[in-house]
Amino acid sequence: MPTNITMPALSPTMEEGTLANWLKSEGDMVEAGDVIAEIETDKATMEVEAVDEGKLAKIVVPAGTEGVKVNAVIAVLLDEGEDESDIDLSDTQKKPSENKSKPAKERENEPKKEDDSKKAKSEEAPSDTKKAASQAQTQQTSSRDNGERIFATPLAKRLAKDKGIDLADVNGTGPKGRIKKADIENFKGGSKANAINTQDANTHSGSVSAQSSGPDAKALSDMLGMEYTELPNNNMRKVVARRLVESKQTVPHFYLTVECQLDALMAARKDINDAANGEYKLSVNDFIIKAAAQALKAYPAANVAWTDEAVLQYKHADISVAVATPNGLITPIVKAAETKGLKEISAEVKDLATRARDGKLKPEEFQGGTFSVSNLGMYGIKEFDAIINPPQACILAVGAGSKQPYVSGNDVKIGTFMNCTLSVDHRAVDGAVGAEFLQFLKRYIENPVNMLV
Amino acid sequence: MSDKKFDFVIIGGGPGGYVAAIRAAQLGYKTAVVEANHLGGICLNWGCIPTKALLRSAEVYHLAKHADQFGLKVSGLEFDLKKIVERSRKVAKQLSGGIGHLLKKNKVNVFDAYGRLQGKGVIGLEKDGKDLGTIEGKHIILATGARARVLPGLEPDGKFILSYKEAMVPEDMPKKLLVIGSGAIGIEFASFYNTLGVDVTVVEMMDRVMPVEDAEISKMAQSSFEKQGMKIITEAKVSKVEKHEHDVTAHIEIKGKVEKHKFDRVISAVGIVGNTEDIGLDATKVKVDRGHIVVDDYLKTAEPNVYAIGDVVAGPWLAHKASHEAIICVEKIAGEADVHPLALGNIPGCTYCHPQVASVGLTEAKAKEQGYNIKVGRFPFVGNGKAIALGEPEGMVKTIFDEKTGELLGAHMIGAEVTELIQGYVVGKTLEATEAEFMHTIFPHPTLSEMMHESVLDAYGKAIHF
Repeated sequence: MPTNITMPALSPTMEEGTLANWLKSEGDMVEAGDVIAEIETDKATMEVEAVDEGKLAKIVVPAGTEGVKVNAVIAVLLDEGEDESDIDLSDTQKKPSENKSKPAKERENEPKKEDDSKKAKSEEAPSDTKKAASQAQTQQTSSRDNGERIFATPLAKRLAKDKGIDLADVNGTGPKGRIKKADIENFKGGSKANAINTQDANTHSGSVSAQSSGPDAKALSDMLGMEYTELPNNNMRKVVARRLVESKQTVPHFYLTVECQLDALMAARKDINDAANGEYKLSVNDFIIKAAAQALKAYPAANVAWTDEAVLQYKHADISVAVATPNGLITPIVKAAETKGLKEISAEVKDLATRARDGKLKPEEFQGGTFSVSNLGMYGIKEFDAIINPPQACILAVGAGSKQPYVSGNDVKIGTFMNCTLSVDHRAVDGAVGAEFLQFLKRYIENPVNMLV
Repeated sequence: MSDKKFDFVIIGGGPGGYVAAIRAAQLGYKTAVVEANHLGGICLNWGCIPTKALLRSAEVYHLAKHADQFGLKVSGLEFDLKKIVERSRKVAKQLSGGIGHLLKKNKVNVFDAYGRLQGKGVIGLEKDGKDLGTIEGKHIILATGARARVLPGLEPDGKFILSYKEAMVPEDMPKKLLVIGSGAIGIEFASFYNTLGVDVTVVEMMDRVMPVEDAEISKMAQSSFEKQGMKIITEAKVSKVEKHEHDVTAHIEIKGKVEKHKFDRVISAVGIVGNTEDIGLDATKVKVDRGHIVVDDYLKTAEPNVYAIGDVVAGPWLAHKASHEAIICVEKIAGEADVHPLALGNIPGCTYCHPQVASVGLTEAKAKEQGYNIKVGRFPFVGNGKAIALGEPEGMVKTIFDEKTGELLGAHMIGAEVTELIQGYVVGKTLEATEAEFMHTIFPHPTLSEMMHESVLDAYGKAIHF
């Protein structure tokens, strides 16, 4: 019997993904364990392995197809002795592109309901067939991009379907954000990003758009005849854009900058690295991650996240480290960094960063995190203000170290100094709390020996 | 804070005012109610509740009269009007007392006085002509209610021409009664007196009784009333009432022709006017339009920090609408989440005549007028097991759906207990259920509510039991 290869779920909340690449062609023989395709989700690219052996007889979903639903058949394997006439795709639904973003449970419910009324008014076939056709094209999501369930009244669901509106685009004004008839009627269209909630925790229920509020760049550029190349946004860039807009619009940021002297840290680093004999090499950033983790342990009031009901104070310092990748920004996590040594942190960051650039991180490696560190010192940036990575409450922006004269007693000396700027969610962390945290951080950076205690 | 300064002062303690007060107090505001007569307002003391008590007596009397249909023998059946009225008053009193306890429990200050706006945030209090000083309110809600409209020449005199108030506490039974107006109030009185054996004539200006209801329901109601012996004259008005020593002659103008009929009592029930006078509006920016205070979607008047709810603002003039406005008004001021303007299409209306009438949403005519293509479902009481067992085979449940979207646009019912049934459709409408949800709902058997299911099924050609 032919074996269907289905779209895998790469994380518990994943509902759809992009089939980025086929690594095998139709007609190729595959062994169990062979990597046959690459799937791209919001944040990562993952490999799909064959679980059976056989001939890759049919590729159902071509490379580059977006919005392929989890469990949709993407290819069919044939056993020895079978040929293509054995392939029966009748139960695999049409092209996945038509199924775009329709979760299974929704698909189960809706058409059945429609069937009822359709039977009842079969004599009015013309309008009904039209309805059925438009229904096949416009599918409804029952969850937001972050997997949060969408609540909508039955009438709103039906109106949205008839009008081809994706419920994920609509802001609900009913109880607990439920989408009502009036919300569909007042819906003006627009971007899919119209109503995105926070990704990792229900920290805020506000909704924002990643659209720029000014004139549309494309329309303006076209109007003025400006030349440009269009670089399509991948999932990851879209998600990052949305989350940054959301963060900056909904999180009340304030900023605190502290200057740290690096001479002791540089000396310690040199000693450790010299002693390592090339086995490993600690970076300044490794020290900062460790210092931040120690400071959070010593001063947990900054290791928090805001929710409407409570401020969550975390037990461990899970440090998200901002890594620039060709596809955009990603923040893999050094978990419980306060329990780890510098060597361990250094190795972990190196591994996470490499895999992040290759798009090979597992979801649990970049989801979560209680505090972020972003370092642009290597580009000579003196200091900068980072945007908070919700639902976290703090992000530390680390600038470049540079030599500066300073006064020590009655002497002018030369030392290496670095500016660190903490961006703070004022809902969860007050100014004085942020400042005290920075004092702890400064103490650990300026006297790294303290981190041993 | 002194006992004279409040966050909320509500003028009027009816179903709008006392609900506003309790909600405000629940939200932690220091709240006062100023009520000149009875807590509970007209509804509780001279409206909804005491009339329900009267109608219940009439219903029991009616059943007893037809006891043989149920295999029972009743002889020497009589009613004692005095006791019927006493019971009605007792019910009203009990409930009014209950409101007092509720307000006390919620720590609402109740001022037994007549309240008037006296400048910004100040309310003057007066009792029996005596000045009781002033209190202050950051937010003032006017819930002063309404009173019966009085037509010239038909001013209640307590002897021949009665308003709802006198009609509710009759000392003796009239022989021939004229009821002017066939809205809910008029038709309930007509039904009460008719059931107790009075010769009742109802005069209605429009072309059918209960003109706000669906035309089909009106027609069924009228034929049922007529079968019970009521005389109904539509497209007519009473142009003059001549008073004699023991009775009156009413000049009833029917399509330009005047007929004269003698009656010994007349009840005038030709609508209401808001109590907007003598509450100190003159010195404010509050606007009054055709007897009712003008408010926005959240019950705000044109005067800062002054709000109005219930019968003193635009209709429908129903107690439950007043109570709901009270909640909207207070919660909006308090900045509560999920506060929405009143959904007019979702306010049910109930009339407790025999047979009862209940409805929500658009009538068939209104739905067509608004350009909907509709599907109409009907289910008669005679097709329902429980109705037959109750001996109530008269009535109908009618539903109106938007063909395009399956939205329930309106539901109209006539028959036994429909006033208790209508809430099912109201919940459905509020949740924006379509025909599919009603069809998928399992209604208990044997109940009258099964007709609500069947009516929806009928709209889509799928009724099982008819």
